[in-house]
Amino acid sequence: MYEIKCNVCVVGGGPAGLAAAVAAKKEGAEKVLIVERDESLGGILQQCIHPGFGLKLFNEELTGPEYFGRFIDEAEKAGVETLLGSMVLEVSENLVTCINSEYGVCEISADAVVLAMGCRERTRANIVIPGTRPAGVYTAGTAQRLMNRQNEMVGKKVVILGSGDIGMIMARRLTLEGAKVEAVVEIMDFLAGLTRNRVQCLDDFGIPLLLSHTVVDIKGNDRVEGVVIAEVDEKKKPIESTKKFIECDTLLLSVGLIPENELTNNAGIKISPVTKGPEVNQFMQTSIPSVFACGNVVHVNDLVDNVSAESATAGKNAALFAAGKLEKKDAIKVEAGENVRYVCPQNVVPCDGKVDLYFRVMKPNKNVKITVCDGENVLFSRKAIKVNPGEMEKATVAVDGISALTVAVKEV
Amino acid sequence: MKKDIICTVCPMGCVITVEGENGKIDSIEGYTCPRGKNYAENEFVSPVRILTSTAKISGAKTPLVAVRSKTPVPKDKLFDCMAEIRKLELTAPVKRGDVLIADVCGTGVDIVSSADVK
Repeated sequence: MYEIKCNVCVVGGGPAGLAAAVAAKKEGAEKVLIVERDESLGGILQQCIHPGFGLKLFNEELTGPEYFGRFIDEAEKAGVETLLGSMVLEVSENLVTCINSEYGVCEISADAVVLAMGCRERTRANIVIPGTRPAGVYTAGTAQRLMNRQNEMVGKKVVILGSGDIGMIMARRLTLEGAKVEAVVEIMDFLAGLTRNRVQCLDDFGIPLLLSHTVVDIKGNDRVEGVVIAEVDEKKKPIESTKKFIECDTLLLSVGLIPENELTNNAGIKISPVTKGPEVNQFMQTSIPSVFACGNVVHVNDLVDNVSAESATAGKNAALFAAGKLEKKDAIKVEAGENVRYVCPQNVVPCDGKVDLYFRVMKPNKNVKITVCDGENVLFSRKAIKVNPGEMEKATVAVDGISALTVAVKEV
Repeated sequence: MKKDIICTVCPMGCVITVEGENGKIDSIEGYTCPRGKNYAENEFVSPVRILTSTAKISGAKTPLVAVRSKTPVPKDKLFDCMAEIRKLELTAPVKRGDVLIADVCGTGVDIVSSADVK
């Protein structure tokens, strides 16, 4: 068996893994190894050719390849090592097992491990759309890969279910490549993705956005021939009398992402029932002290800039742990209060310094006050004119000597 | 002409109503900050967008390379620019930032490579 020893082993070479590896190296870890199943680094950003990345981090509007390109440059400069074309099969406390067509099974022993596997798309099976099973039903990300990396056009007349960012971005991409996007259909009564994408991807091209609508049937034998859509009531049940047939040859699904946590689960790491990713503390440390996690494997982010920031934290602390400089101390649980779906990190170790708490609201609201409290004691308070489940919020709090933490979003 | 513009400067998404003719603004309402006002004015007079697409490349592991307009191009030129990008037949290597089409469709903007292809 092929054996490798390193200080920090990073599973996944997308934006999270790259930022973590660079940060680990900068923190002084001697040998940092990224294990990546693809033949190239960059992860999903390789197919995200659209702009909008890096506005926060670089104050520039970069495309996906430009964004990760900068991190690859940094990783090369810092001396991060990579093992490409290698599928990780198992992760435990200090061991990462992977297979590679050249070396066979490889065992990588590491002082610390960083999980950065990203997420995957929900599929037709996840949302149970009735109807036949013709060709032409794709997840938006699969269509994006086919078009942007493999030069395969996916269809000519398209309906998109779900108003997530990838769906809207694909609506524009398909239109620019000559397809007709008939509609973007969204079951909720609000947009799932960013307003910017609604304006620049749908409105710019006159693509209708149908809120409170869903696809109730798929028609066609060999290929999709059309879909039946219907308006939904407050309980999200389709209203029979509103059913309408739309002729199309392709249905794209942009119906959410789930952290890819098979490895995390099998390692016995505690998973959050809300995010479906590992629970972490402010050091991005999981329930196994030597295993850290970052990016979309922890919780699905809307901005890669946030992924990079949080992954740098993970990489830095993994390096500190590997050097024996990060002690495991008791943490307190961060509570999600009124109109808060979840908070990441889920646990906070009271100590010197400030912690960034990232959270999402349950439902859209206007004129609210965001608070973080330790019991009656208000640690953070900020007014917001608008909050939206599609846009992650952040609160930075000092956590020295705290005994509880609750994040809440209340109407004022 | 009256136009409702959804501001994309920040997540608030203010709906700004602009009225005017032939690129001249008579009234502008609904903005809540100077940046929003500026955005709506530009959006009314001469809306621009960054264009991204892919171009064919040979001699590389992948058949495509991601490309972009270096700076935004006028919105009404997007499809013309796409037609020019579609004509490209590149050969590896291509470096991030390499100019692939100079002054695309007379916009004064270059189409450049987004990625390094070895």
